[in-house]
Amino acid sequence: MTTIYILWLRQLKRYWRSRSRIFGSLGQPIFLLISLGFGMKSTFAQAGRGDYINFLSPGIIAQAVIFMAIFSGIELIWDRQFGFLKETLVAPVSRFKIVIGRTLGGATVAVLQGCIVFILTLFVGFRPTNIILLPVALVILFLISILYTALGTAIASTLKDLHGFQLIMNFLVMPSFFLSGALFPLQEAPNLLKNISLMNPLTYGVDALRQILTGTGYFGIETDILILTTLSTLLLIIGSYLFSKIEI
Amino acid sequence: MIRVENLTKEFSGLKAVDNISFNVKKGTIFAFLGPNGAGKTTTIKMLTTLLRPTDGKIWINGYDCSKEQDEVRKSFGIVFQDPSLDDELTAMENMEFHGVLYKIPTKIRRQRIKELLGIVDLWGRKDNLVKTFSGGMKRRLEIARGLLHHPKIFFLDEPTLGLDPQTRKKIWDYIKELNQKYQTTIFFTTHYMDEAEKMAEEIAIIDNGKIIIRGTASRLKAKTQTNSLEDAFISLTGKTIREQESTGLDRMRMFRRKRMRNK
Repeated sequence: MTTIYILWLRQLKRYWRSRSRIFGSLGQPIFLLISLGFGMKSTFAQAGRGDYINFLSPGIIAQAVIFMAIFSGIELIWDRQFGFLKETLVAPVSRFKIVIGRTLGGATVAVLQGCIVFILTLFVGFRPTNIILLPVALVILFLISILYTALGTAIASTLKDLHGFQLIMNFLVMPSFFLSGALFPLQEAPNLLKNISLMNPLTYGVDALRQILTGTGYFGIETDILILTTLSTLLLIIGSYLFSKIEI
Repeated sequence: MIRVENLTKEFSGLKAVDNISFNVKKGTIFAFLGPNGAGKTTTIKMLTTLLRPTDGKIWINGYDCSKEQDEVRKSFGIVFQDPSLDDELTAMENMEFHGVLYKIPTKIRRQRIKELLGIVDLWGRKDNLVKTFSGGMKRRLEIARGLLHHPKIFFLDEPTLGLDPQTRKKIWDYIKELNQKYQTTIFFTTHYMDEAEKMAEEIAIIDNGKIIIRGTASRLKAKTQTNSLEDAFISLTGKTIREQESTGLDRMRMFRRKRMRNK
């Protein structure tokens, strides 16, 4: 337990100390919220779809969360590059606990980041319909975070240096976001786009958040939670396995 | 304390460590020398459970490295060749992190951290982030950290690389004291032959993955009919400059180059 705690604490301290990272990673969500949110607002309303900011905000929160989560997972490469990983690998603790500690730490950081973005969305006009359900939204954010931190850890376990990092950000994070139903309603999307989105875990995260915060979901909250939980568990297992195979 | 039998590590068919066997007795200061790329670091990585051997057996403090990893890991402390501290944490936090991972009870942990940081002259800087430290300070902190759980064996991979003579002396004085006081077995590598000559009770020289000679500094000198360990080392390992082959891939390139040259 203490092993998991100290690894969790380390992630939090690192997050808290890198203010530039906190603020830097807020840039993108703010930009998307303002440009897309206000840019598409009237078109969306004219199409009889209601308020676009309300539609978009859960997606933007989810995007901030997966960005931070994958980043926390991938941080493992930094630890490898700067040597700290060796310190944890020669310690008499199971690698499974190390992965759990890291993942919980990364996920907590990502949820915090999601909360900051949630507050920002309120400023641009997001109005959640049901405040009482906010704790449930936190649970969803946490599930998404675990999933993507574990994914980041799994990928980072197989990478030896930082070169692959940009590739992952471009070919994983961005498509995940664009094809998650965060920006447009999936109901009316062309079939191909819809089918791709159905294979994207984030789709269910965005849908769950939207259901809880605005009351309009697509798959139903039970399906969303089931899929998110299953995938998180699966990725955590894969991530732990790959991490346990690391040799330096 | 350390027993190695027929240890081999292959990287894509090339032998970085080639069937070596040796013993290090409890309380010995043991120097493991060799040119760059000879297999020193690969051997240390296998001894410290970071790499799985291709073949052979290792016992650390009586525990089998392949089966009783946790017991093995509790038995040794290590200072790596490259820094392995978390720069974003303070000296104190790095020590705490280590203490918690090694399950040292809080009270003893606090007390030992204070004592050790005092010895390496870092108590006054305990709350500074490690990224503000100089190379020598980082090295001293790593030594303090490696000793926190009172290991039976202390591995030091080029512990004094890039340090000034004052710091080097201080570090060696401390290691020597540790060795005498607690009978800690010291296993170290270095390129400073004077250090090895002065400190080590026993020396092994590894080259091209094989241990080519073992014994005391005076035996090595007598055998090669030289006056200093440095001369003995050069007479044993040759004068050609080695290229650093840190990875298996590098070794493969080297191998190919050698073959091309021979054609």
